[in-house]
Formats: sequence, structure tokens, C-alpha cells
Amino acid sequence: MKKNLLISVLFTLVTTVLLGIIYPLVVTGIAQVVFPKQANGELIKVGDKLVGSHLIGQPFTAPGYFWSRPSAAGTAGYDPTGSSGSNLGPTNKALIDRVNASVQQLQPTNPGTPIPADLVTTSGSGLDPHISPASAEFQVPRVAKERGMSEQDVRALVAKHTLGRQFGFLGEARVNVLDLNLDLDALHPMR
Amino acid sequence: MTANGWLQIGLFFVVLLAVTKPLGVFMARVFSGEKTFLDPVLRPIERLIYRSCGIDDKREMDWKEYTVAMLLFSVVSMLLLYLIERVQQWLPWNPQHFAAVEAHLAFNTAASFTTNTNWQNYGGESTMSYFTQMAGLAYHNFASAAVGIALAIAVIRGIARKESKTIGNFWVDVTRCMLWVLLPACLIIALIFVSQGMVQNLRPYDTAKFLNPQTVQTTGADGKTTTQTVTDQVIAQGPFASQEAIKIFGTNGGGPFNANSAHPFENPNPLTDFMQIVMMLALGSGLTYTLGRMTGSQRHGWAVWAAMAILCLAGVTVAYAMEAHGNPLLHGIDQHTSAMQPGGNMEGKEVRFGIAPTALFATTTTDASCGAVNGMHDSFTPLGGMIPLVNIMIGEVIFGGVGAGLYGIVVFIILSVFIAGLMVGRTPEYLGKKIEAYDVKMAMLVVLIFCLIVLGLTAVAIVSPFGTSSISNPGPHGLSQILYAYTSQAGNNGSAFAGLTGNTPWYNVSGAFDMLLGRFFMVIPVLAIAGNLARKKIVPESVGTFPVTTPLFTFLLISVILIVSALTFFPALSLGPILEHLLMHAGKVF
Repeated sequence: MKKNLLISVLFTLVTTVLLGIIYPLVVTGIAQVVFPKQANGELIKVGDKLVGSHLIGQPFTAPGYFWSRPSAAGTAGYDPTGSSGSNLGPTNKALIDRVNASVQQLQPTNPGTPIPADLVTTSGSGLDPHISPASAEFQVPRVAKERGMSEQDVRALVAKHTLGRQFGFLGEARVNVLDLNLDLDALHPMR
Repeated sequence: MTANGWLQIGLFFVVLLAVTKPLGVFMARVFSGEKTFLDPVLRPIERLIYRSCGIDDKREMDWKEYTVAMLLFSVVSMLLLYLIERVQQWLPWNPQHFAAVEAHLAFNTAASFTTNTNWQNYGGESTMSYFTQMAGLAYHNFASAAVGIALAIAVIRGIARKESKTIGNFWVDVTRCMLWVLLPACLIIALIFVSQGMVQNLRPYDTAKFLNPQTVQTTGADGKTTTQTVTDQVIAQGPFASQEAIKIFGTNGGGPFNANSAHPFENPNPLTDFMQIVMMLALGSGLTYTLGRMTGSQRHGWAVWAAMAILCLAGVTVAYAMEAHGNPLLHGIDQHTSAMQPGGNMEGKEVRFGIAPTALFATTTTDASCGAVNGMHDSFTPLGGMIPLVNIMIGEVIFGGVGAGLYGIVVFIILSVFIAGLMVGRTPEYLGKKIEAYDVKMAMLVVLIFCLIVLGLTAVAIVSPFGTSSISNPGPHGLSQILYAYTSQAGNNGSAFAGLTGNTPWYNVSGAFDMLLGRFFMVIPVLAIAGNLARKKIVPESVGTFPVTTPLFTFLLISVILIVSALTFFPALSLGPILEHLLMHAGKVF
């Protein structure tokens, strides 16, 4: 008992140094050398200004931008210091009301076209950088009109930022909203 | 449901099957002290650990000493984690200057990570320093996983040995598990994860400028509405690919970020997602092969694997069907799956994964005692969310947590051969060992302790203001939230119906005891079984022996698992998710 207690203390300390400090530092060291961009969060800079990360979504409300999904992270949404889903249950009135409000806001911008489910639901992380291709297509007429572009041109830009399923079958096709909007601003600044 | 969805699920089973034998053989060799290709590198480290800690690796332990050593290590390492959390403000690698973790939250978290539960009543990116994450939490991901596997190996030795007083050396088993099984795989996986976009740095958080600044109205505590413009996005960083690898491979599940594997930095794309799903079950699956190999009955190992695979497939089928069907209460939106959109119930799910991988993740994370999530279980449809709950209730024996799944299934195997023995009127045998009253009593203890703590604590919480005030979803879903919390903690899973406000003194303290009892009060009877079986003689097989290698055995095992858990938990389930499902389809909103 006494001997095992002493071993417990020493063993905890020794393995903490090995697995809790050396291991992550070794991985950090290799990662910073071999994959510096990925290891630091795939950050996007425009000039000197940090504008975000390829992996982390941002909220958009101006009609000239493609809008992201609603977000439950932080007060303005898409707060990476408080990643979170809504955690609203399927029969919770708060969920139904929130979706209805989104539908009422979105439907007039493209009457007659059904609204894809992902565009009115919050993601699990609250940071989802993507919308589905259907959700992007839904917004093409609005963005084209606001920016004075042809729908064709907007569609071409959407296609450029659309990722298919990985290896053709893993996950879902998706459009990176921040990348797309950055490109829109670069090519066709808002009037 | 789509063909592409099923293709992903099918591929998962193929890959899991493919890794079972190599991992199983490897673990059998490691824990039998045979040569492996990693010896030249790892032997010196192993010897260094033994020497610096005063471990005599030649000495074997009986089950009682093995248990005591396991308990002492757990207590000591838990205290160290508690200490680290409480003084993290003075420790290095705290660029966000997080304060000490509150006492009751630190206690809950220490219990949680020591027991391989990884229940989290905090958001990592707003609470824990990088040092606490690495040396405290990720360390315990290694330690608790190694302890789990060591216990499983001890149980296998108990079954395999004859007339032996000892079941191995706890320190040797844990050390070899850490060094041979966990560390090398995690090193490689962590680097693959980084290459896919997981963060691995020690930098302070970055501040980006929103492309489209947001004007938001907030209502303060005084009821006044204020308008503020949010222009900045603070991007949390950290050394987390290394943590992610062991979080998943060791079926721990406690992520560095609040949103866990739904967070893009913890799970950047469908490939990392698929890897995580396979890795969660890889060691549990491999251990069934180790069981077969070390007991000399490979067909028994596969018979157990088959029972697990069938239950896993059944779970994912229901979860996938329910989530793909969507939420009938949402009108005016298109929930149909197509090449252009994931469709289905997308609340709480990420677009890059879609429905099938999220349903599969929810199933496998609770088949194992992992508890990582890539979508929010609280927002699943009632029956889709019931699958994770049921998986935990049946004891996480579908491949299961590393080690815990195997010793869990041994309990059900003992009950199965006991029931088969009753049916033919003979003393039950398991791989040549007579199963007697003591073994069955201990097995029943495991089953009874689990349901007692789950249902007992749930009952207290749902009749108490301190329990119900944490509910965030009204109606039957509220019961599901509390039931899920105690089931998940007792089962050492750690996933949650996360809307429940867990960071309260009541939930922190009751949850900590739930987790500690769920781990250690189950393990002690299991080790008692191992010690008792090791002592026994081998009786030769006869015509009256119920074979444990046949499809009939697989069927009986599945039946016993389902009947035992269904009888115990069905009343509670019918008042929670089942009732909610019926009311949802009747159009009822809460």
C-alpha cells in the first residue's frame, strides 16, 4: 500500500512530464515547422489586416453579402471564444419561432424558392464557415442585384468557392462564405 | 437517407473490421511482453520510468493489490489535476490570463477526466489555460485510457489463466499501454490532424476584423436595451491537435473547445471526421481480438465482435433515419436531402459533415464511452437523440470505451452463459471456467449499481428546484436532458444534452460522484471476477457446454444486453424521448 502510494506519486509526475508536456511540445515543434499555416488557424490577411480564418465563419447581414447560417455563439454570433450550438430541442417553441423569423426575413429576398434547411438552422459549433450550395444559390439573385452584377457572374464566383464531397463521397458539398464574400469585395466592391 | 450516406457508414464498418486484427494482435503482444517493432525506441523509456518510480516489473499482483494500485493512481493523479486547475493563473502558457477554476467546477472536471468521462461543465476556450489543457486534461486522456485498457487486460488474464493467484502488474500494464499503444499512434495522428487544419500552437488568441461589422441589441440585467456594434472576432488558438488525437483514440471525448468536434479547429473537414469516427472504436474493436487471442479462442472474439457490430448498425440506422427525416414542426423550409444540400434536421449540425456522418458520430461516440460530439445531441430529433442515450444505458458495450467496453461485455457474457446454463440445467462455463454464484453476484452488482446511480440521481434532480432550474428545453425533453446527464456521467461517456446548465454546485458535485461511482464501483466487482476466474481450474469442454463461439451465442448476448437495459430504463425513456416523439408528430410545441 505504502509502496504503491509512493509509486503513484512518482509515476503521475514522470508520465505528466512525458505525455502532458513533452508530447504536445514535440507535436507543436514539428507542426510549426512543417505545417505553419494550418497549425496557426489558417488565418487570412488582407494587406496587414487580419480578416479572419478560412475555417471559422463570420456573420453577414448586409444584403450585398452572402449570409452565413444563424449562430448561437456569442451575442453577435460566430464568436470563437464561446463556440456553441443553440441546444434547442426539436419541440422547443423558441426553435420554431426563431426558424419562422428567419423564413420571414429570407423568403421575400427570393420569393417562390424553397429555403434550404441549413440556412435557417444554427450549427453545432456556431462557427460553421459553410453553407450548402443550395443556400448559396438561394442568395444569388439578391447579391447580384445589390452589387449590380449579373447572376451568371455571381454563380461563377460561387462555383469557384464550392467544395465537393471529399474524395467524392465524404461529407457534403459546401460553400465557404467568408472566402466567397472576400472575393466578391475584391472583384466587385459594393456600390 | 441516401446511397452516399450509406456508403460512408458502410466504409466505416469495413475500415473498423480491417483494423481489428492488427490492433488486437499488437495489444496481445504488448501485454504479454512479446517483442514488437517499437521495442528499440520504447524499451529504454520504459526502463527509465520503472527505475525513476521504483517499479519492480517482474512482480505480479493479485486482484486486490491491482485494484488498490489503480485506485491510488487515480486518486493521486486526480488531486494533481485539481491542483493544476486551481493554480493555473500562476502556471506557464496562460496567454489569455484565465483565473483559477472555481472549486466545485475544478472538482467536477478532475473527477470527469480521471474517470475517462470528460463531462465538461465549462467552455475550454474561456476557462482553461494551455498548460491546464496539456498537462492536466490531455494527460488524463492518456492516463485514464491506459488504466481502462490495463483493467481489460487484467480481466482477460483472469479468464485465460488457470489456478493463478495473480492477474498482472498494474504499473507495467499502464506504462506499456501509454508507451506502445497510445503515444506512437497519437504522434502520427496528431500530425495528420494538423496537416488538415487543426491548430497546434501556444500563441495568444488572434483578433480579426469582421468583414461585415454587426449591430446587436442586448438587454441588460436592468431591462434596458443597448445597441452595440461588434467589429472584432477573437479567434481562440491552442496546442490542440495533439490533444484531439488522444481525446478520440483514448475514447475520452473532452475537447479543448466548448463545441468539441463540431468546432472547425477540432474537426476541420470530412476526412478528419471519418478518422475520428473510426479511431473512437478502433481499440475497443481490437480488444475483442485480443480477448480471442489471449484466451485461445479466436472464434469467441469474433462472436463478441459480431454482437457489437450488429448493435452498432442497428443504432446508426435508427439515428440516421430519424435525423434525415427532419423536424416536422418546421414549416416553410426545404428539408429534403439532395446533392445541393444536406437537408434533414440540420439544427446543431455542421454543413461540411451533413446528416449521415453526424448520426454515425453520435452513435459511435456513445457505443464507446467517448462522448466527443460533431453535432449537438440536444437538438437531435427525439428518437435520433434517444439512440446515444440508449447506447450509454446498455453500458457502452458496443465496442465500448477503451478497456471499459471489453470488461463491460465480459459482465454480459457471464450473465449470458449463466442464463444459458439455467436453460439446460447445468453449471455454466465460460472458456473452460465454471461460472459460480460469486461471479454472477459480482456481474449483477455491476448492472445494479449503474441503474441505481443513474435513476436515483435523476429522480432526485427532477423533483428538486436545484435540479429542474437547469433545464433549458421544456416538456418531455427536459426530463431527457437530466436523464442524459446522469446516464452519460455514470457511464463515463461525457456527451451531453448540452442545453442543461451543468455548472451549478448541485450538478458539479452530484455529477462528480455519479462519475466516480460509475467508474470505480463498477471496476471493483469486475476485478473481483477476474481474480476469482484466474484462481479456477480449467474444466474440459463437454456436450453440455454452451459454446461461446457460435451465432447462437451472439444472438443470446445481444438479447441479454437489450433485455437487461430495456427492463431497467424503458419506463424513463417512455416519459422522455418516446413521449416527445409522439407529441412532436401530433404537432405539440413546448
